[in-house]
Order: sequence, then C-alpha cells, then structure tokens
Amino acid sequence: MFAALTPEEWEAIHLSLRVASVAMLASTPLAILVAWLLARGRFPGRALLDGVVHLPLVMPPVVTGYLLLLTFGRRGPVGHFLESTFGIVLAFRWTGAALAAAIMGFPLLVRAIRLSIEAIDPGLESAASTLGANRIVVFLSISLPLMLPGILAGAVLSFARALGEFGATITFVGNIPGITQTIPTAIYTYTQIPGGELAALRLTAIAIVIAFAALVLSELITRRFGRRMLGS
Amino acid sequence: MTIAVDVVRKQGPFTLSVAFESAGRVTALFGRSGAGKTTLVNLIAGLSRPDSGRIAVDGEPLVDTARGLDVPAHRRRIGYVFQEGRLFPHMSVRANLLYGRRLLRAGERWGSLEATVELLGIGHLLARRPSRLSGGEKQRVALGRALLASPRLLLLDEPLAALDEARKADLLPYIERLRDEMGLPIVYVSHAIEEVARIADTMVVLGDGRAVATGPVEDILARSDLRPYTGQAEASSVLTAVVAAAGDHGVTLLDHPAGRLSVPGRHGFAPGQTVRLRIRARDVAIAVGEPGLLSIRNRLAATVTTLHAVEEPMVDVALQAAGSTLVASVTRDAAEALGLRPGLAVTALVKTASFDRMSLGAAEAPAPAADGA
Repeated sequence: MFAALTPEEWEAIHLSLRVASVAMLASTPLAILVAWLLARGRFPGRALLDGVVHLPLVMPPVVTGYLLLLTFGRRGPVGHFLESTFGIVLAFRWTGAALAAAIMGFPLLVRAIRLSIEAIDPGLESAASTLGANRIVVFLSISLPLMLPGILAGAVLSFARALGEFGATITFVGNIPGITQTIPTAIYTYTQIPGGELAALRLTAIAIVIAFAALVLSELITRRFGRRMLGS
Repeated sequence: MTIAVDVVRKQGPFTLSVAFESAGRVTALFGRSGAGKTTLVNLIAGLSRPDSGRIAVDGEPLVDTARGLDVPAHRRRIGYVFQEGRLFPHMSVRANLLYGRRLLRAGERWGSLEATVELLGIGHLLARRPSRLSGGEKQRVALGRALLASPRLLLLDEPLAALDEARKADLLPYIERLRDEMGLPIVYVSHAIEEVARIADTMVVLGDGRAVATGPVEDILARSDLRPYTGQAEASSVLTAVVAAAGDHGVTLLDHPAGRLSVPGRHGFAPGQTVRLRIRARDVAIAVGEPGLLSIRNRLAATVTTLHAVEEPMVDVALQAAGSTLVASVTRDAAEALGLRPGLAVTALVKTASFDRMSLGAAEAPAPAADGA
C-alpha cells in the first residue's frame, strides 16, 4: 500500500511532519513563558492574557485563519513589515502553515505546562534558594525539570493538533500541492475528485499511524520521567 | 556567634513583633503551634521580608528596612532544614547533597561529602531517589544538604516533627553530633520541650507573636510564669551531670555536685562524658531532714529558693542544688506541713523510673577558646 504512494502524497506527509514539528518546537519556549506568567505572575491584564491565549481553542479555526491572513498577509501590517524588513513571507508558504498550527495548538500547550507549574511545590524552590541558587539557577535546576512531564504532554498535544489543523491552514496558506498541502488538506482534496478515495484512505491510515506513534512516544517518555521522579 | 533580631511582620490578622539577641551555640525558638516560629525563621533565612526591623548575624546585617537593605536568600549562606525535608524529587541523594556545594566557589567550601556522609550515616543512600527514603533518612539527607552548602548558621525548623517517637530518638544524636563536632551555630525551632532541653543552650520563648523571654534553657524551663507560653503541663528542670558508670545493671550513673543520679538504660555514653538530664517537676519529691529507708535512690541536697502557687492545689517549689535549679511540684498541704520556706535545706528525691528515653542527652562539649574571640 505504501509503495503505491504518489510523490504528491509523500509531499503532503513530509510537509505535515515538518509543519507540525516546527510549530511544536517554535511555540514551546513561548508557551513556557506564558504558562509561567499565568501560573505565577501577579500583574494587571493577567486575565486578559489568559483569554487571548485560549481564544484559538474556542473560535472557529477559519476565523483564526482569516485573522492571520489579515495580519500576516503580504498587505497585512505585520506581514508587510516582515517582508520589507526581513524578506519573510508567511502567507501561502509552509512557514505560514506552521504559524497557523502553532497558534491553534498554543492553548493546549500552555494549559498542560501551566498545570505542571502549579503542581510544583514552591517550597522546593525556596529550599534551593537557601542553598545559594539565584532565580535563574532555581528555574533551570528545579522548576524546569519538574515541569518537564507537562511540557512533554503539551508538546505531544500541540503536535497532534498541528497534524490535524485544517481550517486556519487552508484559509491562511491555501492548499497548494507541494507547497502548503498537508495531510488533512490533501485528504480533503482527494475526497473532492473522482477516483481519489484510495489515496484519501491511504493518507487517513498514515495519519492514524503518525498520531498513534506520537501518543506511544509521549507515553514512554512520561513513564520514564515519572519513574525517575517517583523512584518506583 | 550572635544573632540579633528585631522585626515586625503582619500576616493577615496575625502580627509577629519579635526582638531578641542570642549568643548561644544552639538557640531554641520555642512556642506553641501558631506562635510565629516558622514565620520568624523564614525572615532569618530571607524567604520573606519583615515589614520593618532588622536581622543581623555576627553584627552583619541581613535585612534592615530602615536602610533599605535586604540580602537575598541565596546570598545569606544560611542553611535551612525544613520540617518536611524538601528534597528535590528529580535528583538522587548524591545530587541533592551536592546541590548547594556546586554553587559555591572553591574557597567558600568547608567540610566534604565524605565527612558529611559519614557524620550522618547516609553512605548507603547516595544512589537512591528521595522517594525511596524513610522519614528519618530524608531528614538526615536534608541536614547533609544544608551542611554541604557551607552555611555560617543553620536553621532547623522542627526537623523531628514529622517523625514518630522512635525515629526522633534516632535522629537526635545526629543533631547533637552536628552541634558538637561542626561547631556550627544552630537555631532550633521546636514546640517539644524535651528536644529543646536536650539540644539547646539558649532559648527564646515565643508567644502571641512576641518573644516573651530569652535566656539560658535551664533558667527559662524553671520559670513557672512562662507556662502559659511554653504550654508545659508542668515545669521541669535541666541538670548537667557527668557520667560515672554506663550500663551496669541496665542503669547509667550520673554525678551531679548535689548528689548521684541513676537513669534507666545504657544510652551509649562513656564514663566522664558530660550529659544533660531533664527532670519534670512532678517527678521531684521533697524531704525535710534525712529521708530514711526509701526506694528512691536519687537524692540531691538542695535549698528552697521560692514557692510559686500555680493551680490549686499545687505549688511549684524552686530549689537550688549545688548551682542548678530544680523545680518540685508538691501540694499546698504538703508544703505547709513540711514548713517549706526560702532558705530551708531539703533533700530532693527523684524516682529512677520517672526518666524517659528522651530526657537524657549528650551535653555540648565546652566551647573552644577560639570561639569566644
């Protein structure tokens, strides 16, 4: 069945993996920062930040995609700035797909990390400070390692969400084979053309395999870390 | 080592307003739950800051709100052992022990991993995770971790509170060794009078958010007027004595200038060693004149100093026994029948069976001369 994959299908799989990986890796550091602010920060506008972060979760994806197009499109304020200053174009490029996927997965990532931050006993951080660790050392040696299970769980969720991203992607970057066509948009295309059922099925099977592999991988990592933490 | 504290901190409806100064090797912060003990040690460690006031160790200010000075916790070099240990769950025991040490410059370190591990008997635990340690082992590792950060002062916040009686008795000798062998000044927080009597030389009694009394443990424990704050059911006294014989017939014999005492159990002391013994006031009887034939073997020659009516019908009789203060709790009727009055020579009697396992401990070695300089 896999031998029968057409170059276009391979292209879609490759692109999906690339988009999902980049979305996950690029958004994780920012998600850690935002989760930290939401969990520990005491500043005006915290509730607003919380709301904005969660918006992509509750808004129709197409709305998110359209807002992205308005903002990051070549004539949008940010898009225009990026192109004229750095020569970066996001609209109708795979990088734009990664941005859309990152934003759609962001609430899930922040949520998982925030829960793990809230589960950290602040007493451990105090203990580290009495042992001579400044705030940066405390964060790197105590807080971050204790957040790791949450970061991993969030990263897997964000990766899976990115793989499945459809509405925002198709609105923002379109569905151009070889350039912005990911597994979901490819499946959609194949279901729209006569005789495309087999190709759609093949990609569906592959999507399931990738999703399942991600789940197993995260379970293995979590279990490994869990055992190290609890020592059992 | 001196520690000088004069701070105010409001926490909701509770206001801590404490001023004291201590030059003791081991200073006990003593008080009931909610007296503000932990709040106070957190201020000393730098984990919270006072609304106003200052704290200085050896004359060096750690916080002084009037001058806008506040040394952050990580630069105070104050070791802190928490009630619940607070070991880092994602690190091995060895990594926990070395955590603070790795952050020091080579010139700031004293002691060594080997010596600390030896002192605390935790060599077999190094590769384990904290979750696989018992409560007593956790506290020993927490002690080692604090020591290896080479602090200039050690705060112990009820380090025994989470342990059962047997584990407490196991851990206490380690803390005594720490005090005697490391020469490190210690602030020991506790609400258990028997721990304070064994470990500390100076005592600060906290009550209602204030320091109600500060002084040598022997003097404070003998004061009947502090009972509402110490929460003691009765007064007690602490005697310092020298071991005469250890373990024969299951008794340890102690020499005190006022007489010989026998305490049940072997306790593992060597003859000639100085020990401290806590005696509850209700275990002390008073005889005027020669007691005659009596099963009570512990007899100390003493003089009545004061009588203090506590709660009907009991009277606390303070006695002077060759320089030590001893308190006896007797009924008012008995005190009248014996004609007890200040200056009267009496014999204090203590039943051997009334000593419990916690009441006897090693006294700290005499302070080396260099320490006083």
